[in-house]
Amino acid sequence: MNDLTSLIHIKGLRDGLLVSLSDAPWEEQCAALLAQIDGQQAFFQGARLALDIGSQVLKVNEMVELRDVLSERNVSLWAVVSESPVTEKTAQLLGLATRISKPRPEEIHNFDIRNLNDETALFVNKTLRSGSRVEFSGHVVVLGDINPGAEIVADGSVIVWGRLRGAVHAGAKGDQSAVVCALDLLPIRLQVADEVMNNSTRRETGKPEMAFVSDQKVIIEAWQPGNTG
Amino acid sequence: MTAQVITVSSGKGGVGKTTTVANIAVALAANGVKVVCLDGDIGLRNLDVVMGLENRIVYDIVDVIEGRCKLRQAMIRDKHLPELYLIPAAQTRDKNAVSPSDMVRICNELRPDVDYVLIDSPAGIERGFRNAIAPADRVLVVTNPEVSAVRDADRVIGILEAEEKRSPALIINRLNHALVKQHDMLSAEDVIDLLGIPLIGIVPEDETVIVSSNRGTPVAQDPKSRAGQAFRNIAKRIKGEVVPFLDMEKQTGLWDRLQKMTGRR
Repeated sequence: MNDLTSLIHIKGLRDGLLVSLSDAPWEEQCAALLAQIDGQQAFFQGARLALDIGSQVLKVNEMVELRDVLSERNVSLWAVVSESPVTEKTAQLLGLATRISKPRPEEIHNFDIRNLNDETALFVNKTLRSGSRVEFSGHVVVLGDINPGAEIVADGSVIVWGRLRGAVHAGAKGDQSAVVCALDLLPIRLQVADEVMNNSTRRETGKPEMAFVSDQKVIIEAWQPGNTG
Repeated sequence: MTAQVITVSSGKGGVGKTTTVANIAVALAANGVKVVCLDGDIGLRNLDVVMGLENRIVYDIVDVIEGRCKLRQAMIRDKHLPELYLIPAAQTRDKNAVSPSDMVRICNELRPDVDYVLIDSPAGIERGFRNAIAPADRVLVVTNPEVSAVRDADRVIGILEAEEKRSPALIINRLNHALVKQHDMLSAEDVIDLLGIPLIGIVPEDETVIVSSNRGTPVAQDPKSRAGQAFRNIAKRIKGEVVPFLDMEKQTGLWDRLQKMTGRR
């Protein structure tokens, strides 16, 4: 069985499971896939499968047959991804998707870059809208707004050339020297290291400001030229 | 003819997506262009009610997808406007009965024969929403001047940007000028400032919208209604005409007008 299972690769996607097939003959691959499914029935129960068949050309009846045997096992085939336009067309005829939605990189940035030093920063050249989240193990610089509902978590400082209205956590690994600067600093939530800003009395000032930790408290001061924190 | 597919979406429910679709469709079709409305809210359909076509439904979109009828058979012609059609949603199924590729396929089938396909997206950002935006050439985001509606609109715009759709246009619905003046409601400027996408229409709060929705005769057919005028203007802008935005001041009451006359403001 071992040589059979090595024919296919299965990985999880946002919308279901992606099964990538190799170049081996179709019958063998089908057998390998079904063997996997039968071997781990609990895992595949009710699953949605996308099939990446590479450059193979599939006939309609082959595809229909696979869809039927899969559905007998309570697994639904929802997409067939292929490099061959013929197979793509066949899949479309059967009402299957031929493009699986790309994972949306904007949704969650979770960078894990090794060998970071103090000078590393992530530059985000757009407005972060509600629901988006940026995580970075260094500083973050945003050219744009941070809208309410958006989040930034940085191990270093956060600089926003725009309006900061969302949530920010600077110095997320405990760095008390991290700062948060924005042209308009009116966040829903602001945290530097372990200290959370008390924003009950915050008001729009219309001036660039900087938040930093001093005496276990988040202090916010208007930005002054020559001020280095 | 190659139709433009326009999806109307909002994130939050109850901001007026369905009303907007029905009214823009009526306004477009009244000018002689061929329009098909597609109700994307499988399981909670109501575009048919707002358009007054509920009792004519024989087949729905799921019947088309599952091959029980031809696309033509599911297209219901409007009572008054011969160029306006509705493809209703199924009421007894759920969103999973339709996939994004089904929607693309149906729209591609419609494209050669009509000028506009308007899709009414369900609320939320899940499967139904994904279905509705999959075939869209253009998305109109509807919001109310309320913090929660604007927040959800922002989320939807973020998703559309991530999907690399053409930048959506904004409709601000149910703006109450009197409340804005008292600083009890976000102004149109506040909303545009936060969302940062181009505006395509501002619809004033108007009771006649509710009345006409219940009657199944969209308010865009009423020449006296200000909301109807706003929807007609949006339809013109969709066609590429340049139309100035409504003067919201006109909506104010007798008292304001008196004050103006006596020079107290």
